[in-house]
Amino acid sequence: MANVKKTGLNQVHRDLGARMVEFGGWDMPVQYTGVIAEHLAVRSAAGLFDVSHMGEFEVTGPDAMAFLQFATINDLSTLVDGQVQYSALCYADGGIVDDITLYRFGAEKYMLCVNAANIDKDFAWLQELAAQRKGDYQLVNRSAEFAQLALQGPKAAAILGALTSADLLSLKTYYFCESDVAGMSMIVSRTGYTGEDGFELYCAPDDVEPLWQALLEQGTPQGLVPVGLGARDTLRLEKAYALYGHELSAEVLPLEARLGWITKLGKSDFCGREALLKAKSGGVRRQLIGLRLTQPGVPREQYIVRAAGRDVGQVTSGTMSPSSRQGIALALVETAAVAGDAEFTIVIRGREVSAEKVKLPFV
Amino acid sequence: MDFPEELKYTEEHEWVLLEGDLVSIGISDFAQDQLGDVVFVELPEAGDRVEIGKPFGVVESVKAVSDIYAPLAGEVVEVNADLPDAPESINTSPYEDGWMIRIKPDDPAVLDGLMNAAAYQAFIEEE
Repeated sequence: MANVKKTGLNQVHRDLGARMVEFGGWDMPVQYTGVIAEHLAVRSAAGLFDVSHMGEFEVTGPDAMAFLQFATINDLSTLVDGQVQYSALCYADGGIVDDITLYRFGAEKYMLCVNAANIDKDFAWLQELAAQRKGDYQLVNRSAEFAQLALQGPKAAAILGALTSADLLSLKTYYFCESDVAGMSMIVSRTGYTGEDGFELYCAPDDVEPLWQALLEQGTPQGLVPVGLGARDTLRLEKAYALYGHELSAEVLPLEARLGWITKLGKSDFCGREALLKAKSGGVRRQLIGLRLTQPGVPREQYIVRAAGRDVGQVTSGTMSPSSRQGIALALVETAAVAGDAEFTIVIRGREVSAEKVKLPFV
Repeated sequence: MDFPEELKYTEEHEWVLLEGDLVSIGISDFAQDQLGDVVFVELPEAGDRVEIGKPFGVVESVKAVSDIYAPLAGEVVEVNADLPDAPESINTSPYEDGWMIRIKPDDPAVLDGLMNAAAYQAFIEEE
């Protein structure tokens, strides 16, 4: 595993007996005790995730907002200081560069949190856009200056509340503040990727191990457990959150991938807007839907989806839902196949297994 | 990890137990640990034939799909009917509740070529 990067908690994960895998160029824990137990702990109590592999970029200056309005598809103008926004970067043809969260610190200071595997690609892309859109702003890759933990679950606020002076009662979902946790200063963001209440904590790399230990010590009596990437994936899939490289890619439009709600075609010009307007007026060719197996089986990525005996698309992510114990899948299918009461099947090892289209999220 | 002495093991991490003229087959403690939480099992039916070295079933964990290979040829006489509803037995009890199929082998002598517990342990340490 040449050039595989390690977070500041690598040894801690190993000491906890985690099974490690390469993910997005990083050596990360996929599970500690087991995916299902970790998943259920997050739904019923709380889980602690090392997400230090995520990337952070900063955009500052009088023209920072104008640049980001051009570079991202959501509308920043609605944001207030201390607010977070889910957004995406698109190529000129409307394909997705990455999905991101965007933090407004002030009118002239923003932070973007990007997917680990896309850090270099995203930064190069933004630099390319910056070369076309000159102005009084600076774009800096600060990924090496941040570690990140996610504390997620119904007990997250009680656990974090005991360790911080931040007013968590008034910190609403998709807002953040700069505060202290266990005596260390960091960004406390009420965001996450599990569908549960929770926080993402951006701290200095040197602080991540004491922060991890302090949270575990505080939270263990309340059911907090370390959670690996395996359960991170099943948790997000039950909530139908897209994952780059699966639901999202350069070949997929945000309008196809259930991201119409963040695609603000009516705002000022942005990269990809023209292509997306054209796609919208012509009718979107494919769409992402939720399927639940009505027979035993586990749908997996790339399995073929059929309707009325015809191939209409592919599974983008699938698993056995730990919460419902049923096979669930997100699938990108032809829009025409979704109309009416289409009956779907998913081809598993050559056999068609019945599936029903369900409202999302799954859980 | 547990590797009962009375069993024989394969390089694909199945275990085999000779009982009278029938042979029971499952996957080893090492295999279930590597797979993680088992959530789905696909097995043949009684009366089906299994062929040596060929997949006879599938075991799926949350993250992965794995074939299960027949260590010897024969006819399936019994299938563990509890497994489809309790695939986690493969994790919690790989050698007892997690047994998969019983076959009537064409040639029980094939068992002599499989690894005993000590040889299997040495094999997985090398892997």
